[in-house]
Amino acid sequence: MGDVITTTSATYLANLDVFSGTLQKLAATNRNLLVVTSDSRGSGKLVPFAQNYPKQLIEVGIAEQNLVGVAAGLASTGKNVFAVSPACFLTARSFEQIKTDVAYSNNPVRLVGISAGVSYGALGSTHHSLHDFAALRAVNNLTIVAPADNFESEQAIRQAAELDTPIYIRFGKKPMPLLTEANCPFELGKGRLVRQGDDLVLIATGETVYPALQAARHLDNVHGIQASVVSMHTIKPLDYELLARVAAKGSPIVTVEEHSIFGGLGEACASFLMSNGYRNPFRIMGIPDEYTVTGSQTEIMDHYGLSESGIADRALALLNNQS
Amino acid sequence: MNTNELVRKSVEYRRKILKYIVGANAGHTGGSLSCIDVLNVLYNNVLNVSPETAKSPTRDRYIQSKGHTVEALYVVLADQGFFPESDLETLCQYKSHYIGHPTKKINGVEQNTGSLGHGLSLSVGTAISAKLDDLDFRVFTLLGDGELPEGSNWEAALLASHYKLDNLCAIVDKNTLQISGPTADVCNTDPLDDKFDAFGWAVRHVDGHDFDALQAAFDALPFQAGKPSLIIAHTVKGKGVSFMENQLKWHHGVPNPAQYEQAMSELI
Ligand SMILES: Cc1ncc(C[n+]2csc(CCOP(=O)(O)OP(=O)(O)O)c2C)c(N)n1
Ligand SMILES: [Mg+2]
Repeated sequence: MGDVITTTSATYLANLDVFSGTLQKLAATNRNLLVVTSDSRGSGKLVPFAQNYPKQLIEVGIAEQNLVGVAAGLASTGKNVFAVSPACFLTARSFEQIKTDVAYSNNPVRLVGISAGVSYGALGSTHHSLHDFAALRAVNNLTIVAPADNFESEQAIRQAAELDTPIYIRFGKKPMPLLTEANCPFELGKGRLVRQGDDLVLIATGETVYPALQAARHLDNVHGIQASVVSMHTIKPLDYELLARVAAKGSPIVTVEEHSIFGGLGEACASFLMSNGYRNPFRIMGIPDEYTVTGSQTEIMDHYGLSESGIADRALALLNNQS
Repeated sequence: MNTNELVRKSVEYRRKILKYIVGANAGHTGGSLSCIDVLNVLYNNVLNVSPETAKSPTRDRYIQSKGHTVEALYVVLADQGFFPESDLETLCQYKSHYIGHPTKKINGVEQNTGSLGHGLSLSVGTAISAKLDDLDFRVFTLLGDGELPEGSNWEAALLASHYKLDNLCAIVDKNTLQISGPTADVCNTDPLDDKFDAFGWAVRHVDGHDFDALQAAFDALPFQAGKPSLIIAHTVKGKGVSFMENQLKWHHGVPNPAQYEQAMSELI
């Protein structure tokens, strides 16, 4: 019982920094690797990349639809293309280019949505991407990933670079503590059980895995409740095998995501569980169907309970409900 | 307002823009300072809109496509009496209605913007409606020069001349910079006048900090009957504060206390 893997105390970077650092490492040995930006190199932490590999960065200006179409064209000739733009614009503005030019035509673009979820805080709803999982889940031939920590981020980028099918990866911009030791495996499409317990299951994705893990530790320390925690970094294809395993004992399940409660991780899990006869008590935590309260990312997350204490409270309520 | 009054107003507006950006610890400083003179002339001398007529079907519309420089808009709307200026002390704070982009929750704001490349289409729709209903209000929209590569702008530009929208005036805040660098280096849109001319617009160049020139351009609208009008306002990003002018990093830089003090000492 308890943590499967211990949290290390290294200095933490934003996953976005790890993404840009990893791209530089890959570009050093791969001339075929191209980054396409839409006046987004600063927010994508790609200024050093642009300086070190000027020939491997294509700038399209503020034109996200063109960004994705151009990236698809580049990918069609065998280039290893990363299209990088704020998640909000990349997945809403360019939705049809993603659906048709990338997914349908199977041009293996690596779509990278930066400053995802409510990372942009008080800039408001135009800049939030709380729809991206929902919209993109309905598009065939697209892998969807939200890495939780620096390790998952580097692995996701490295594995994405090797894929011959399209993928969407979203990153937040705040520093993320490591959940894992470096030798803990990461595989696209396979969730990671980062803590094991029989009383409760917390399934989270992206930047919400860490507060979920903290909530699990709190429930253990204060209430003696043992929770499993899953980092479900790949939303699609969802790891049904792991889901079936953690649901097997009938413990209550709480899903957590920095996304609308509609159409994301929670509903993807619920759909599998309901269809396969699991009747675990179940709650989805995310952003409700409203334009968010104004505030920083942390204030917004706290406001909707997407925090250590908020997650612990919701889990306790679910446990109490059932007894 | 006469020219001297406009000059004084812009100093006051610039000081307030910086004050509220510092208070919020966030904001789009350079682009707010480049467009404020245009907003000053528009709201004080051109637009037929006031708090009393804010919901009137015949009011002139102003739609800010470059929504990120909302501080300029908020400061002017407060000055016009659309809401108490003290509200701006809550800018970007927890639970405030005053987010970092234009929102219709705020009295006087016509459209929710912030995603670039939306203002021109919204304005074309609004202007077509005026023609359909035989109303004589006009529609103004402010575009950033960096946002022009969004394809929607060109779709809207085509339709505006197709519908002969001479009740529409678009202003480009041509401060020649965006986030990543000079607009000419990121994705060049020059020559802008020839492009819009070819799309069927009547185009004028104006010094976007020269009040008389701005006034004369607005007074001359429409530049040609049956055509939408484009004002290319040549501006300076960060205008009015020496160390912010033409500096990329002030796109969304927030002055520290010493910089704030120096800026205020220049804005008198
Ligand atoms: C669709 C969209 N893409 C990207 C952004 C992010 N963004 C905000 S401001 C900006 C640069 C705008 O440059 P410009 O239009 O020249 O504005 P100004 O110089 O007047 O500030 C960018 C890329 C956005 N708000 N909307
Ligand atoms: Mg500009």
